Amino acid sequence: METILGIDLPTWWYLVIGAVFTGYTILDGFDLGAGAVHLFFNKEESRRVALNAIGPVWDGNEVWLVIGGGALFAGFPEVYASLFSAFYIPFMLFLVGLIFRAISIEFRSKEKMKWWRNLWDRSYSIASIVITLLLGVLLGNIIQGIKIGEGFVYQGTFLDLLNPYALVVGVTTLSLFMMHGCIYLVMKTENRLYAKLTVMVKNTTNAFIVLYLILTGYTLYHVPYMAKKFHDEPVLYIVPFLTIGCVVGLKLLVKRRKYFMAFILSSLTAMLLLITVALNLYPNVLISSIDPAYTINIYNGASSAKSLKIMLLMAAIGMPIVATYTTFVFWTFRGKVKMDETSY
Amino acid sequence: MDVEILARLQFAFTISFHYIYPPLSIGLGVTMAVMEGLYLKTNNKEYEVLTRFWIKIFALIFGIGVATGIVMEFEFGTNWAVYSRYVGDIFGSALAAEGIFAFALESGFLGILIFGWNKVSRKVHFFSTVMVALGSIFSAIWIVVANSWQQTPAGFHIVGEGMWARAEITDFWAMVFNPSSMERLSHVIIGAFLAGSFLVMSVHAYYIYRGKFVEISKKGFKVALVIAALSSVAQLIVGSISAEGVARNQPEKLAALEGHFDSLKTADMYLFGWVDKEAQKVYGLKIPNGLSFLIHKDFNAPVRGLNYFPKDEVPSQVNMIFQFYHIMIAIGMTLIGLSLYAVFLWWRGKLFDKKWLMLIFSFSVLLPQIANQAGWYAAEMGRQPWVVYKLLRTSDALSKSVTAEHVLFSLILFMLVYTLLFVLFIYLLNKKIQHGFDDFEDDLPSLKRDNPIMSKEDL
Repeated sequence: METILGIDLPTWWYLVIGAVFTGYTILDGFDLGAGAVHLFFNKEESRRVALNAIGPVWDGNEVWLVIGGGALFAGFPEVYASLFSAFYIPFMLFLVGLIFRAISIEFRSKEKMKWWRNLWDRSYSIASIVITLLLGVLLGNIIQGIKIGEGFVYQGTFLDLLNPYALVVGVTTLSLFMMHGCIYLVMKTENRLYAKLTVMVKNTTNAFIVLYLILTGYTLYHVPYMAKKFHDEPVLYIVPFLTIGCVVGLKLLVKRRKYFMAFILSSLTAMLLLITVALNLYPNVLISSIDPAYTINIYNGASSAKSLKIMLLMAAIGMPIVATYTTFVFWTFRGKVKMDETSY
Repeated sequence: MDVEILARLQFAFTISFHYIYPPLSIGLGVTMAVMEGLYLKTNNKEYEVLTRFWIKIFALIFGIGVATGIVMEFEFGTNWAVYSRYVGDIFGSALAAEGIFAFALESGFLGILIFGWNKVSRKVHFFSTVMVALGSIFSAIWIVVANSWQQTPAGFHIVGEGMWARAEITDFWAMVFNPSSMERLSHVIIGAFLAGSFLVMSVHAYYIYRGKFVEISKKGFKVALVIAALSSVAQLIVGSISAEGVARNQPEKLAALEGHFDSLKTADMYLFGWVDKEAQKVYGLKIPNGLSFLIHKDFNAPVRGLNYFPKDEVPSQVNMIFQFYHIMIAIGMTLIGLSLYAVFLWWRGKLFDKKWLMLIFSFSVLLPQIANQAGWYAAEMGRQPWVVYKLLRTSDALSKSVTAEHVLFSLILFMLVYTLLFVLFIYLLNKKIQHGFDDFEDDLPSLKRDNPIMSKEDL
């Protein structure tokens, strides 16, 4: 098999997709988190500030999901086809959630009536929560495997996907995003809203830590192979240790109100958790809980070497460009939110 | 109803609804870029006001376009899993390229466009507008390339057999420049320019008709008119090249477009008509042997008809394909007539003198929209029964794990959500149009002086 720098092509693409979804989690994670806590802000002014904090960037952040979907389709069409047809109903709800989040942000400011704004505030927040929970449930099911049978066709039902483990992953993801979103918002706000957010950051951080511990225990008990690579290759224990380090660091930084660093650490936490999953799944992507023969891995689910090479080249050209102008956009809107006539 | 019909209905419904927005984004993007370029060049405040106004409308259109576009990306996997496995190697790379090279560009710079007026310099803002406009065009490139590959597959080979058969890429550029992609792409992009420029003309014509914001609207109207006139004429040329391409690449589709059955005979071209499939006849007004001439440049050359091909390899809805195709052409001709007439009046210095013309232009936004939709319906229904031409049948492309109840559920869900979206879109668009321009005096006084078309009640 062809390799680049000693790594085979499907593994490269696995890394690219991993990087894109990590980017999505970190970037849209704070938008979704901000949305999930939106109803905790009582004043109209606070809600406007919170919306304008993500206003210029959320659309660009969501693009990472679009790129990720395309990358999965292109590189691992078997995974794309099996996963999306298996998660039919959740994905439809997810899509409706994305639609409602987008239009709520866009429509809210267009009318001044109180009921109108309240309506879109609710829709925005509920959509953000639903999207996040579904993402977590999806991840939980990927971790423990789903009922894939002959021809990589899903044999289970919708309710099979709503199992306790997946739900715990869902709730933990929600708490992670809420914490991440609150930290982002606290960096962008001033005065009373800032004060309120400092408390919210503290609470969401505590909630996340508790859920993180529960999930870790549950995972070790329920899907022990999620730690197998660490046992096989002890040097990899650095990943869970770094995760714990980040979580402890988060708690300390939040206490000292070093929010920029806390934001970096909450991003790293999300990244390390995803690395843990990706590392222990590898080279599998969709584990069949029926028969290991039906498990889709990066080899039996990949596109041709030629296609992968073309796309790796695209990613090598495209990613730095995207990273450059994304940085430029974030730089343009750095600092506390200042309202002007273009604001929501 | 069975899964296939429901899944096709769902795809048709979601893509048709989605396709209201991207052509507007593409066309409006270019128009905005020209307006802002004029502002940068002339320093005329009116162009800035115009740009700001249209960017707000753009944001609304783009927002709904994105929200409904993501649905499309994932619908291949949810409803058409077999198709996704089959084409992933090829189609997927185009979709991934769209995300990374086009959509990211558009969405990344959009923030600056909307919220960046006071944060970046005028030049950087203009640059962002150009990037957004380019991003929307790049999007169209990759999507149309992927779709054209389904019409005229190239640069691939088939690996595996039966349920494991897959199309794998052998030549990337042959895939990108497949036999129909360039002519179809040009056709689609020009169609989008028409959609955007006619939207701009409609709104400004409405203002002029109502006697609001008249002076500034004249400027906006003219910018859009230039784009519309060039595009409508270009579309005639590109459209006929595209029809020749269909004749070459998908003769069954061509035969369906004109309702031509008998292979031994010359073929007519209809202005309008009705296809009786049973009797294999078309009733209508025709240019005798017109299609023969269009395709072969010879009025006496026979054209392959539907009967030439195996029965299970030709599209079944001949009359509908015929109607959609002819609606598109009729509208295309109307757009040429409208925009050239307006250019003629402009040249004579009487463009805004005719009130009835402004009224017609107020509604003209609907025409390119209908033509774009009708054109796609003709193209996609004409491709049936194949999802990938001559390689994969639509009926074989469905997800095996998805039931009719699933599809029905999501179809109803999307119908409800999209109806709500559409009502809100129209409501908010109308509100923005009624609100008009910020920081700009309503120019009624000047209007009294130099606008002879205004009636008393408008003043």
